Amino acid sequence: MRLKLLGAGGGRLGSLAGLGRGGAGALALPGCLLYTRTGAAPHLSHDTLREVRGVPGVAHIALPALAEIHDVLEEYKEGAAKFMGMPDAVIYCSLHDPVTPCPSGYNTNKTVSLWGSSGRMEMTASKFMDIQRAIQPDWFQCISDGDTISGEAGRKRAKKSVDRSLSFLDICLQLQEKSPELQGSVMFGAIEGGDILEERLRSARETAKRPVGGFLLDGFQGSAMAKETKLKLIASVTAELPEDKPRIIHGVGKPDEVLECIERGVDIFESFFPFQVTERGCALVFSYDCHPDPEATVLTQNGIQDPEKNGTQEDQEEVSKADPEMTPFEISLKDKKYHDDFGPLLEGCSCYCCQRHTRAYVHHLLVTNELLAGVLLMMHNFQHYFGFFSAVRDALRDSKLDQLKELIFRQALQRQ
Amino acid sequence: MAAAGPAPVPVLRIVAECGRSRARAGELRLPHGSVPCPVFMPVGTRGTAKGLTAAQLAALGCRICLGNTFHLGTRPGSELVRRAGGLHGFMDWPHNLLTDSGGFQMVSLLELSEVSEEGVRFQPPHGGEQILLSPEKSMEIQNALGADIVMQLDDVVSSTTTGPRVEEAMSRSVRWLDRCVAAHARPQQQLLFAIVQGGLDPDLRLRCIRAMTQRDVPGFAIGGLSGGEAKARFWRTVKLSTEHLPRDKPRYLMGVGYATDLVVCVALGCDMFDCVFPTRTARFGSALVPWGSLQLKNQQFAKDFRPIDADCGCPTCQRYSRAYLHALLRSNTAALHLLTLHNIAYQMKLMGSIRDSIVQQRFPEFVREFMDTMYGGRGGPPAWAREALESVGITLG
Ligand SMILES: [Zn+2]
Ligand SMILES: [Zn+2]
Repeated sequence: MRLKLLGAGGGRLGSLAGLGRGGAGALALPGCLLYTRTGAAPHLSHDTLREVRGVPGVAHIALPALAEIHDVLEEYKEGAAKFMGMPDAVIYCSLHDPVTPCPSGYNTNKTVSLWGSSGRMEMTASKFMDIQRAIQPDWFQCISDGDTISGEAGRKRAKKSVDRSLSFLDICLQLQEKSPELQGSVMFGAIEGGDILEERLRSARETAKRPVGGFLLDGFQGSAMAKETKLKLIASVTAELPEDKPRIIHGVGKPDEVLECIERGVDIFESFFPFQVTERGCALVFSYDCHPDPEATVLTQNGIQDPEKNGTQEDQEEVSKADPEMTPFEISLKDKKYHDDFGPLLEGCSCYCCQRHTRAYVHHLLVTNELLAGVLLMMHNFQHYFGFFSAVRDALRDSKLDQLKELIFRQALQRQ
Repeated sequence: MAAAGPAPVPVLRIVAECGRSRARAGELRLPHGSVPCPVFMPVGTRGTAKGLTAAQLAALGCRICLGNTFHLGTRPGSELVRRAGGLHGFMDWPHNLLTDSGGFQMVSLLELSEVSEEGVRFQPPHGGEQILLSPEKSMEIQNALGADIVMQLDDVVSSTTTGPRVEEAMSRSVRWLDRCVAAHARPQQQLLFAIVQGGLDPDLRLRCIRAMTQRDVPGFAIGGLSGGEAKARFWRTVKLSTEHLPRDKPRYLMGVGYATDLVVCVALGCDMFDCVFPTRTARFGSALVPWGSLQLKNQQFAKDFRPIDADCGCPTCQRYSRAYLHALLRSNTAALHLLTLHNIAYQMKLMGSIRDSIVQQRFPEFVREFMDTMYGGRGGPPAWAREALESVGITLG
């Protein structure tokens, strides 16, 4: 794995090359991973995923689903990527699934709890490495104690999360050395420490001393931590990390938050956000087209109201009632007003769904609980989200990140 | 389609007939392209084939699928579909469509439906006033949906019903056919099929066929079967119907889709079939194979690294193992789509093999091989299939 930075201002524009067993894989930075459930993009089969443009070169698989089939993978012997029908894919294995809630209070000095479809699984460092040997991932997150996100962890708990995670890391690094199956795998060390700056710094410095291939900024999931604290911690942590290794963050997916992290030196994100948008029957319609003038037109066409022109109060209330999790970057296709809207989800979108189907059709599929709704929305939302990351890289290249940020933030402020 | 005036081109072109049984291979010449038959038509109840995109369905070789008038007529409503460019435009399907009349769904799904000479009166499932689905109304909706083949409204009774109700339903279906023909606004663009009723009573079936074949309709469906009747009576009723329906028009056996039933009923002379079974069973984790089916949720497949069927060319079997599908079924609806893909591919391949064997004059051999593979390990084919095939000259070993 080679990380190449192009030295653009305001973020780390570059690429990771030489990925995967064959060394042919690459990931453009800043970028995102392809969110999967047990190795398949949600709702999508291989042939429908192929219709999505800009699919990232690294697939993200969460450990719980794989831990549940540990014995199967062990017997299979050839690794999870091949087992999942994508022998050439580059896979990143995270400890938890970003969409599955992780109840607090189950980690100990020796174990971390995972939550799968069959319930809780207690993982020691050596058990964890046994499973990784069966998975044979290209990248994997080292087992860590990230149970600090509830917002009331406190200094003592933060310190414990760092101590435990470092001790897990040392055990895992030793075990990796002795595992022929994991010689090609890159371990990402998790930086913990809750919302305590000095613990975060200690975690970053200590992790950076060890021979890890990259870093994971963990414990920033959810909204319990104040945004300013979060951003300050992220900036402080990345300042401690070597330039030549990639940094992933977990649990950050909204476009405005992604941009804030990119500015603070984060390279890689997940793509659970478009999945969540899909699950609530919504379509991403935010604009990331930075060209000076037509943006206003695009905004109105797509049903996002320009905040400066202020939509009516009733409209806003109706939308907020639809789903409390809904963000200003999306529209809810369950809304009755789309039942006879024969326009595409997003004007100008080149995805499979927008090229062929109407909002009215997707609305119909949603209200009749047809599985195709999830398929079509997932195709659109993935493509739009992947396109957003491509726009971020273009903006970095053309020194237009501020313009893109302004455009995204203007949309983020709507209806809030 | 030809304009009014010259005689319309017949729908069915027979390419080959089995020298022994009644099986025939042909082509249905429909407004959205020709369809090789015998054909299995996947069911897309609400303008979607159960999670597959239109592109996936077309890539599997499907050239005709079904939409349900009752479902689409209630939601989103036929007027909206008409404005969206008909059902073809609404679901972006460039090939052929068939819509049913809505009557069957209504009687089977709604307890509160009531049938009279006027039509079927029912309480819509999503609220609102009582609605009357008359033959005229059914045609109006189907004309708005715009499918290539439309079905008459028939008076459906369960195949296990006996007594005067069966005769009433049969005679009424004939009268409703006349009303549908009269109300059909787009006969040049949409082919209206009659539906033969008469329960399991040979005399009633024959009377129905005699009456309906006097009407000028482009095709016939055999209705009122596949509702839990004994197989011995089922196949005899199918055979009686195909014997008396005209040779030069397509015969559509409604609601039939199990592999064995398809093979036997092709031998008895049917050309078209539809059934929710292959897609429904996929959603329960079941994969169809030439020797039966695999319930992939079962633990026995957890470490089975073979594809569902090594001889299947579908996208699922090309890439995934039974063990992976077993694991995926726990976490991701993509697993259901992968099984649906395979099951429709299985049906398409089965119909393709049947057709090829008829064209190559080896259909009886095909049937014997099919039955060997399907039942070889399970004590041989069921008695009813053996009898049905023998009645058309195919003897199983
Ligand atoms: Zn789109
Ligand atoms: Zn297959």
